[in-house]
Amino acid sequence: MTTTSTINMAQALNAALARALEDDSVVLLGEDVGATGGVFRVTDGLQARFGPERVIDTPVAESGIVGAAFGMAVAGLRPIAEIQFMGFSYPAYDQIISHVARIRNRSRHRFTAPLVIRIPYGAGIGAAEHHSESAEAIYAHIPGLKVVVPSTAADAKGMMLAAVDDPDPVIFLEPIRLYRAARDEVPPGDDRVPLGKATVVAGGDDVTVVAWGAMVPEVLEAAADVAALGISVEVVDIRALVPLDVETILASVRRTGRAVVVHEAPRTAGFGAEIVAEIQRHALYDLLAPIVRVCGWDTVVPLRRAEMHYVPHRGRIAGAIRSVVEA
Amino acid sequence: MADPIRILDTEGRLVGDPPVDLEETRRMYAAMVAARVYDRKCSAMQRQGRLATYAPFEGQEAAQIGATAALRPDDWLVATYRDAAAMWMQGYTWRNLILGRTGDERGGQAPEDVNVMPPSITVGAHMIHAVGTAWAEVIKGTDRIAMTMFGDGATSEGDFHEAMNFAGVFQTPTVFLCQNNGYAISMARHSQTAAETIADKALGYGMPGVLVDGNDVLAVRAVADTAVTQARAGEGPTLIEALTYRMGPHTTTDDPTRYRQDDEVEEWRKKDPLDRARRYLEDNGAWTPEWQADLEEEEADRVERAVLEAEALEAFAPGQIFEAMFADMTPGLQQQRDEAEGAT
Repeated sequence: MTTTSTINMAQALNAALARALEDDSVVLLGEDVGATGGVFRVTDGLQARFGPERVIDTPVAESGIVGAAFGMAVAGLRPIAEIQFMGFSYPAYDQIISHVARIRNRSRHRFTAPLVIRIPYGAGIGAAEHHSESAEAIYAHIPGLKVVVPSTAADAKGMMLAAVDDPDPVIFLEPIRLYRAARDEVPPGDDRVPLGKATVVAGGDDVTVVAWGAMVPEVLEAAADVAALGISVEVVDIRALVPLDVETILASVRRTGRAVVVHEAPRTAGFGAEIVAEIQRHALYDLLAPIVRVCGWDTVVPLRRAEMHYVPHRGRIAGAIRSVVEA
Repeated sequence: MADPIRILDTEGRLVGDPPVDLEETRRMYAAMVAARVYDRKCSAMQRQGRLATYAPFEGQEAAQIGATAALRPDDWLVATYRDAAAMWMQGYTWRNLILGRTGDERGGQAPEDVNVMPPSITVGAHMIHAVGTAWAEVIKGTDRIAMTMFGDGATSEGDFHEAMNFAGVFQTPTVFLCQNNGYAISMARHSQTAAETIADKALGYGMPGVLVDGNDVLAVRAVADTAVTQARAGEGPTLIEALTYRMGPHTTTDDPTRYRQDDEVEEWRKKDPLDRARRYLEDNGAWTPEWQADLEEEEADRVERAVLEAEALEAFAPGQIFEAMFADMTPGLQQQRDEAEGAT
């Protein structure tokens, strides 16, 4: 029972949710999460195991799902709400901003909302319009929310268990592209991965690349490409936008003297700007070159046939790394 | 339009079976007097510059008190900025209600064991919270229920639909109490919906809809008792539309003479919920002018003490505004707090 197993991110999340549901105060609710196991099968088998009262198929109403989950959380449960795609989370945005994120403050700790809102996000699978959004910045901008995103199966499980335990609301972003593509060794127990701790996924000396979610494996591929040119890349997976582990980023950049920030969301007012601002504030004099951002463009995410022009890929990232190192 | 359920006519004569005895009616009447004292005090304080914007509820006392008198002390109440009387009935303190209106987050802190959420300021989004809290109580295996209050305007919000629909589908023990006070700021009720009544909307959600004279405390109590009993017995939610009238402005910032006629206000003045209950009590030998005078004096003292307590509380120091964002302050917030305090 102590051996790790190699599973994908969807399976790891399923294992985490099953583990979490062993606590009677945890309930799961969303559209099609029961019989079909969710559109990505992340909740597969959970309704059969824990019953329709605790794994709840809801009407098609995102504001209702989050609002009801909020009420449940205030009344002492630990709900996990699923929104099917990030592009469908906007109807729930008022509930999230105006109520979920604020109740602790507006009641001065008397009421809290320890709920997890799971949101599959990001492009790369050629989905329909509104299914490929990467709007993490609009959640990170709201005081009172934690915003986290795993890039490995092991992190997905450990971070989900930590999110369910967390006394505050957590926006849990799940990179659609990695549900099946991310396959790694996942410990069988219930080890938590703390929310708000970045991790160095590849050590290097010449340049730091900061990324999260589906961009992390893309960056690792770009790092392998430039390694052939003799460039040594350190890759930092922030894992949480809020709370942001600035120290881990700074420790790396101070050593390498160069930084590239990669995200698939549009560049303007993207979360990369926040990271760049923190680096320049605290490590400007360690920098040997301007920081470069590699992002999605300020366009609507193109549909399937042109999607590859939008999402940062290893070639663009490798180009940015070279430009920074050669500057 | 169907006649609303009524037990006291405008002269205070019984036209139906009272749901409670005279003693309980006296208790509800006393609560309405207390609420009116509080409400008028707040309006006066706002004019003195001691409170921020205030949303008076004069005229709606019977709807709020009659409905909450049907609750058990541990039931949930999810209400709005105009529902101070209801919140107080359910255990919130005048001190915290006043504190909130002075512009202090600590006013949103219900006492321990009082399940009253801070008043919703956004319109309509809170009704689903009374679905969620009620649903949680079912899952936890308690028999607590939740009541939510909202106005006629809130029924135009999409969240009204989602809350009613969820409550109907999942049969949550939720009582929806709409205080139809005629206006949403300046918009008259007929501009909000083409439906004949708001109570009619319940049909679309598979729950009972009840139209009641909201200025008749006995009628409101009777329909609320039924709705609460059904909810607690696992028989699902109810929508109650209490027909009432906001005698004052929407808030202290607006001038209602711009959108409604004085004679309309005067008509409603004749239907005052306190007058009606008082005449009924008096006719039955349960009211005297001396009791009324004592009551008003006591409540004025009580509210005055609450005002003094609220005003005595020192405003937040800069660092305190950071203290209730998370259970444990994040490193980023700690840094900002230090900056705000001028420590870095």
